[in-house]
Amino acid sequence: MTRYILNRVLVAIPTLLLVTIFVFMLQKLLPGDPILVLAGEDRDPETIAMLREQYRMNDPLIWQYLYWLGDVMRGDLGTSLRTGLPVTELIAQKLPVTIQLAVMSMIFAMVIGIPAGVMSAVKKGTFWDYLANIIALSGLSVPNFWLGIMLILLVSVNLGWLPASGYESPWVDPVRSFQTMLMPSIVLGTALAATLMRHTRSSMLGVLQADYVRTARAKGLREKTVIRRHAFRNALLPVITLSAVMFGELLAGAVLTEQIFTIPGFGKMVVDAVFNRDYAVVQGVVLVTATGFILINLLADILYVLLNPRMRAAI
Amino acid sequence: MSDAVIATPAAPVVAPRRKNRAWEKLKRNRSAMVGGIFVLFFVLLAVLAPVLPIPNPAATDWAKIRLSPNAEHWLGTDEIGRDILSRMIWGARASLMAGVVSVMIALAVGVPLGVLAGYFGGWTDQIIARATDALLAMPFLILAIALAAFLGPSLTNAMIAIGLSAVPVFVRLTRGQVMSVKTEDHVEGARAIGLGHLRIMSRYILPNVFPPILVQATLTIATAIIAEASLSFLGLGQQPPAPSWGSMLATAKNFLSQAPWMAIWPGAAIFLVVMGFNLLGDGLRDALDPKET
Amino acid sequence: MHIKTFMATLLTTAAFGGMAAAQDLRIGLNEDPDFLDPAQSRTFVSSLVYESLCNRLFNTNTDMEIIPELATEWDWSDDGLTLVLQLREGVVHHDGTPFNADSARRVLERNMTLPQSSRRSELTSIEGVEATGEHELTITLNAPDVTLLAQLAHHAGRMYSPDAAEPAAERFGQAPVCTGPYQFAERVEGDRIVLTKFDDHWEADEYHYDRVIYQPIPDTTVRLANVRSGDLDIIERTAPSDVPQIQGDDLLQLFEIANIGYQGMTINVGNGPRSEGPLGSDARVRQALSLSIDREALNQVVFEGQYVPGNQWAAPGTTWYDERDPLPARDVERARELLAEAGVDTPFAIEMQVGNSPVAMQQAQVVQAMAAEAGFDINLRATEFATLLSENAAGNFDMSQQGWSGRIDPDANVHPFVSCEGGNNDQKYCNEQVDALLAQARAEPDPEARKALYDQTREILAEELPIIYLYHIKYFFAMRQGIEGFEPYADGIIRLRGVSG
Repeated sequence: MTRYILNRVLVAIPTLLLVTIFVFMLQKLLPGDPILVLAGEDRDPETIAMLREQYRMNDPLIWQYLYWLGDVMRGDLGTSLRTGLPVTELIAQKLPVTIQLAVMSMIFAMVIGIPAGVMSAVKKGTFWDYLANIIALSGLSVPNFWLGIMLILLVSVNLGWLPASGYESPWVDPVRSFQTMLMPSIVLGTALAATLMRHTRSSMLGVLQADYVRTARAKGLREKTVIRRHAFRNALLPVITLSAVMFGELLAGAVLTEQIFTIPGFGKMVVDAVFNRDYAVVQGVVLVTATGFILINLLADILYVLLNPRMRAAI
Repeated sequence: MSDAVIATPAAPVVAPRRKNRAWEKLKRNRSAMVGGIFVLFFVLLAVLAPVLPIPNPAATDWAKIRLSPNAEHWLGTDEIGRDILSRMIWGARASLMAGVVSVMIALAVGVPLGVLAGYFGGWTDQIIARATDALLAMPFLILAIALAAFLGPSLTNAMIAIGLSAVPVFVRLTRGQVMSVKTEDHVEGARAIGLGHLRIMSRYILPNVFPPILVQATLTIATAIIAEASLSFLGLGQQPPAPSWGSMLATAKNFLSQAPWMAIWPGAAIFLVVMGFNLLGDGLRDALDPKET
Repeated sequence: MHIKTFMATLLTTAAFGGMAAAQDLRIGLNEDPDFLDPAQSRTFVSSLVYESLCNRLFNTNTDMEIIPELATEWDWSDDGLTLVLQLREGVVHHDGTPFNADSARRVLERNMTLPQSSRRSELTSIEGVEATGEHELTITLNAPDVTLLAQLAHHAGRMYSPDAAEPAAERFGQAPVCTGPYQFAERVEGDRIVLTKFDDHWEADEYHYDRVIYQPIPDTTVRLANVRSGDLDIIERTAPSDVPQIQGDDLLQLFEIANIGYQGMTINVGNGPRSEGPLGSDARVRQALSLSIDREALNQVVFEGQYVPGNQWAAPGTTWYDERDPLPARDVERARELLAEAGVDTPFAIEMQVGNSPVAMQQAQVVQAMAAEAGFDINLRATEFATLLSENAAGNFDMSQQGWSGRIDPDANVHPFVSCEGGNNDQKYCNEQVDALLAQARAEPDPEARKALYDQTREILAEELPIIYLYHIKYFFAMRQGIEGFEPYADGIIRLRGVSG
């Protein structure tokens, strides 16, 4: 058992190292001179020379990588080339925003997706099943930036119900925070709701045919009780596991949503940074996201083994 | 099934028969057919664009800026007086091309790597698998944005960027399939009678990993079309005056309240075509699934 | 039922949410400022924040003439090598330390010596700075430089507390300490910069808000939606296409003012092999291109007629505009003739480099369509801003769509772009006569004589056309009704002195 976990952790290390190399290379590959962007409209030659020196642009690539890796190991992700603010501080500022968006989207997706999936499975083959499937498929097919634009057009521009953009921390003003995040989380949560619905449906269909459900039915329990007590609970387990993994993808999916609604989160920061060639920020954000993703997967793997007796026996 | 293969190792695998059965199943799947019709409709539009009686999609008219839909311009005109209908039709080419070409790139790179990793195992596998893990850990769209920025904004480069970003998915899928197929009896048999690696791979492994890859490819076309639209929306895809649905949306966003139609059509088109590919992909999955009858 | 009421309440609060805190002023910016250290700032937009945060030695009035701010009087020596400033008394920094000649000297010295400073080349003419009295600052120059006052009215003259800045070194921008009417409270990158009222400011009575919150919202539509919904009070740089809509909105007021910069096309006339084609080597081809463009129509189509069509670096009707060279009418016939004279086969293919923003693309496509009628086949190469800059600097362009935000001293609007060694001269245009004229103008204190020199330069440039000037933008400010005392300035900077409501 311990050996299995140890093995998983050991495999994660080279993966992480490869991530750092990719992240670093990715930025070095970007065309355009970040220094010229930084130097501003006036492009003072002295400023340009100073900046090149300061950001070690004159050193060989491998040294640039090692310097960077050394700093990363010490928890220093450098400072933004554009604002001079430390990248770790920027991430600390932005991460909660994106997490809030992801959590709200997740809640939206679960509230819509799971009941719809259950209903669709219970009423398999009826009109409601078809309807739910069509809606789910639409949710998967709609480009979420377009959905965002349409919502802004309808709800903000025409009806004036919700702010078109902006962000407020829930600790400062919970109501406004909820208002500004409502549309973005619907946009981001739509595809997820669709995925959850489809998984819940198939998981539920599987459980409904399982022996213990048949037994429960045979015992003469009411169908509603059977579904609620026996089927639903068991069907939910794989869905919850899936949700955990999806959470990581939500963080990534926030890129365009944040761009559309001008939400100062992770995704907007990384896109802005790519366009401004703010290397330090791009590297920091991608590194943190990728590391988080690998860790979540590692945890999920381990949990899966710990919780699943059959798997435990196999190892 | 596998017995027959072992008996006559040189004979082609049973794939053809199964394919026919799959086709029968697909034909009976109504939603897959609807999806197919959506896709076919847009493919026809894209192919026929040059011969359809529509205005030049790049022809500007200063006197007809941002006209709402009317008899002459069914879908209205855009910010410099071009006909939106004709830009939509020509834009279908960019979107479909982007979807198909980028998936072909992903297949061309991903499948061989996956086969190599799965078939040979060992260090080859370790290296490919770790690199795939590392790439998969990076958000797809961020990877595509960075690559597209690196290559410079153009439709071709957007397709390359999306294709490369989708590679890890195919590597992982192929690798898994190959690993499960290679332990099957008929492959072991082929190896026992001393067939070469290349021959085993092309004759026995590839046909068997093909169905799930086909399903994944169809679904990835849908993802790629959205990704292309996203990149064009950010200014990293198709360049003007050539039309693309994503860049039309990017422009439209500046005129949301004055000319909402500019934003509605391209989004709706993306929606329909992506829906078509998703329906088709779902149908294929059901049809090719050996477990279901 | 409950949920319905809850939702309704939420949505109603949303509509009126902006009115909650009356003492806050929320300003929507077009971009996120960069460093908040006056020594390191490199963008225009940071000036908008500085105007509330840090006073400067000199300000400008609505005519863009230099007026006193922290320097109350100034005096040039006859040889133009010494500048004596009398500084305002009774001014304190946000950290309580007094502002005086010594602190001002330390600020200027930091601007000139900090390794990360972007001010150094702006202040190269300064030989030394000395506090010659409690509130008297003497600046000695190594050569006459009439542009120095303008520099001291920009980032270089923004005063801050040296006691805070020196220990913080290059990290000063994370928590700037200045003398302005508002002090730094908080910054969330890409989201907001919050300033709070500084009660010990020398003009505290003139500033009527408790807090000023700057929020960068790059999307013009979204920015407008926010001021319409009351989530913002003032927005800057509204898109011209939105202007009619704002004018029709009873809840909003609109202010506009012509900018002092220009927009145009830079043509590669001397930067590497790409300059050797007919476009770069034959002025007639460039003249043909210029004649093929209908500047009025361009303005109508792309900017709803809201901007100012132009043909010089100064906008028509402004001080430095040469009236002898009015806006040229479009002349496709003449353009065709010029191309024929130059012996160019039409359609003549050239490439134009363009930033990939929707408005830049729209403008480029209109130019493309217009020039096509005269025989030009313009291919557009859209690049991101970062790539555009490096491609321009490397000479990888035939022509490039570019602009300049403008400076109050005319020298800064022409010298960097057309003098042989100019820092922004990407096209590597070089004409000794132009260089001589510009150098002369730089040292000429008499405005009229100076104008004559610029007019002479203009004549040469109009003939050789290294830059084809197309139009001048206007700054539009939209704000909710009820805000009083606002006045637009041609430099685009929002001044909150006397603004209330």
